[in-house]
Amino acid sequence: MNRIDKTFEDLRQKKEKALVGFITAGDPNISDSFSIIKAMCKSGLDILELGISFSDPTADGPAIQRSSARALKQGINLRAVLEITGRLREETSIPIILFSYYNPIYAYGAKAFYKDALAAGADGVLVVDLPPEESDEMTSQWSGNEIDLIRLIAPTTPLERMTQIVQSASGFIYLVSKTGVTGSDGLDTEDIKDKIESLRSATKLPICVGFGISTADDVAAIASVADGVVIGSAFERLIEDNLDNPDLVLILANKVAEFKKATKIVTSK
Amino acid sequence: MGHNKAVGNKYNQDKFPDSKGHFGIYGGRYVGETLMPALLELDEAYNKIVPDPSFQSEFKRLLKDYAGRPTPLFYAKRLSEHLKGAFIYLKREDLAHTGAHKINNTLGQALLAQRMGKTKLIAETGAGQHGVATATAAALFGMECRIFMGKEDIQRQAPNVQRMKLLGAQVVPVTSGTMTLKDAMNEAMRFWVGAVRDTFYIIGSVAGPHPYPVMVREFQKVIGNEARQQILENTGGLPNVLIACVGGGSNAMGLFHAFMADPVEMVGVEAAGRGIETKKHAATLGEGSVGVLHGSKSYVLQDEDGQIQEAHSISAGLDYPGVGPEHSLLKDLKRVQYVSIDDDQALEAFNTLCVLEGIIPALESSHAVAWAMIEASRRPKNEIIVVNLSGRGDKDLGIVSAYN
Repeated sequence: MNRIDKTFEDLRQKKEKALVGFITAGDPNISDSFSIIKAMCKSGLDILELGISFSDPTADGPAIQRSSARALKQGINLRAVLEITGRLREETSIPIILFSYYNPIYAYGAKAFYKDALAAGADGVLVVDLPPEESDEMTSQWSGNEIDLIRLIAPTTPLERMTQIVQSASGFIYLVSKTGVTGSDGLDTEDIKDKIESLRSATKLPICVGFGISTADDVAAIASVADGVVIGSAFERLIEDNLDNPDLVLILANKVAEFKKATKIVTSK
Repeated sequence: MGHNKAVGNKYNQDKFPDSKGHFGIYGGRYVGETLMPALLELDEAYNKIVPDPSFQSEFKRLLKDYAGRPTPLFYAKRLSEHLKGAFIYLKREDLAHTGAHKINNTLGQALLAQRMGKTKLIAETGAGQHGVATATAAALFGMECRIFMGKEDIQRQAPNVQRMKLLGAQVVPVTSGTMTLKDAMNEAMRFWVGAVRDTFYIIGSVAGPHPYPVMVREFQKVIGNEARQQILENTGGLPNVLIACVGGGSNAMGLFHAFMADPVEMVGVEAAGRGIETKKHAATLGEGSVGVLHGSKSYVLQDEDGQIQEAHSISAGLDYPGVGPEHSLLKDLKRVQYVSIDDDQALEAFNTLCVLEGIIPALESSHAVAWAMIEASRRPKNEIIVVNLSGRGDKDLGIVSAYN
């Protein structure tokens, strides 16, 4: 059983939902970023999504755009993110998902990327702008299937397409909670609940919900219907607001603990 | 056939793109899942609605009665005599309504949007020509319109910003990244992700995810269809070479398309900015490498990590680090030759065309004129060059006077 499957199995037994944290690698700089992420992993994060910065993040809102820009200014690149992954793997056993736009992977080479990501201890990859229609060009160069390609389902995805997508999915399903970029306001829990119900009839994979989740109340609401809750922009905003704060690492760790607590208060399902 | 061996390479344009929008290895649909259903819907609507005779007759009527087509093909006698070489003909897209070729495409897409039941239009713009053309179509069709434009471009193309506002459009300043066309497109895509259900995104070039490259080509091919007929009527034969500027590449594709099967050379002119050697340029096909930007695979200006680099050009419309995927294939097949012209050469051509022909060209089009001047002087007097004068230069007077 791989780390992702095992994580969800363990959580099921503990009657908890997964707290999935997205964080841009290298923000605000490589060494602080490592300390922040390490602390987050040890404060209750169940799955880490490690963001690989891209110059033109068209699916992201202002918070992640700015965090990507800060990381790029520090000279972050895919090779450096894989190094960070390897160092984190020595510190934690939680699943690590590499979160990227396609161009940095294309430039690195899909074949080398698979080999090096696996060696670094990554468990999955999510490529935001690589839909199933185009993803064969990447996965056909992979020498194995030990890395899960995490698939996205959007609010706009029709039922038939959803059924097709989940058939080739592995690891878990990332359900985008709303139309819009990352970090947008407002959550419609009822809408999400309906979407999850139709997803459950198409797949047995765990379903994690992301986009626009920023408070512990949001986390609790989503945790009551989904298998996992993804937080991204809220962490990036916290980093941005505390760039000069000596307690930056502690602040992020505390936030993770607060969110993790909210995944344990589950009212239904 | 001249000195350019490119003509011998066949390009069967009917074979491209394939059903998923690939031009060889280029093109495709590299977008987030939220947009995929919208692109699939658009592709289906495009294939169903656009070939329909009622769409075609309405589109043709708009091009004729509203946009003022056909645009003339003008023999630039004084310019040709000045250069003492081949004959230069100018395809006068600057005379189309709104002052550039962009209106052909925005009328086509707005008409499609209307028939798809969409009520709102969005667009990105660099020089502002596509923004003005979109705002114009929105006014004509009674649709809501929002134009994304880089803050830097808002400053250097102020007259077009004013025009868009007069036409009832909301101009959204983009302050991310380099604050130019690339970032305007990023922001338009971000907005579209959130508004995809009722909003039609009018992309202005043969770039972006499928079906945009093929759809924009379809709506712009009228340029080449007219030019081919006009040159045959005027001279009794085909031209030796076609020349057009290339940013994203829509005016070039519009001119070239009708001549693909002909023994005619084609040259796409990119912006060399302050000089290729300074790295401050927009010569994507000349200097870039294959990557994925704005939803399709194509040549892009990028570093070795796959981060997109800043482009530079005096012309806001060419100031873009990507290019349409079909141009990438045409480059690899050597069917089209891609060259570049720097800021100074473009300005010199701008000034020359003003005084010799009484035509003020857009700075974008001035790049094509500059290359035509080079080609004309080295070709024999019996050869014919057709240049796409893609737009008028009124919008550029501020930049030009600052330089001169």
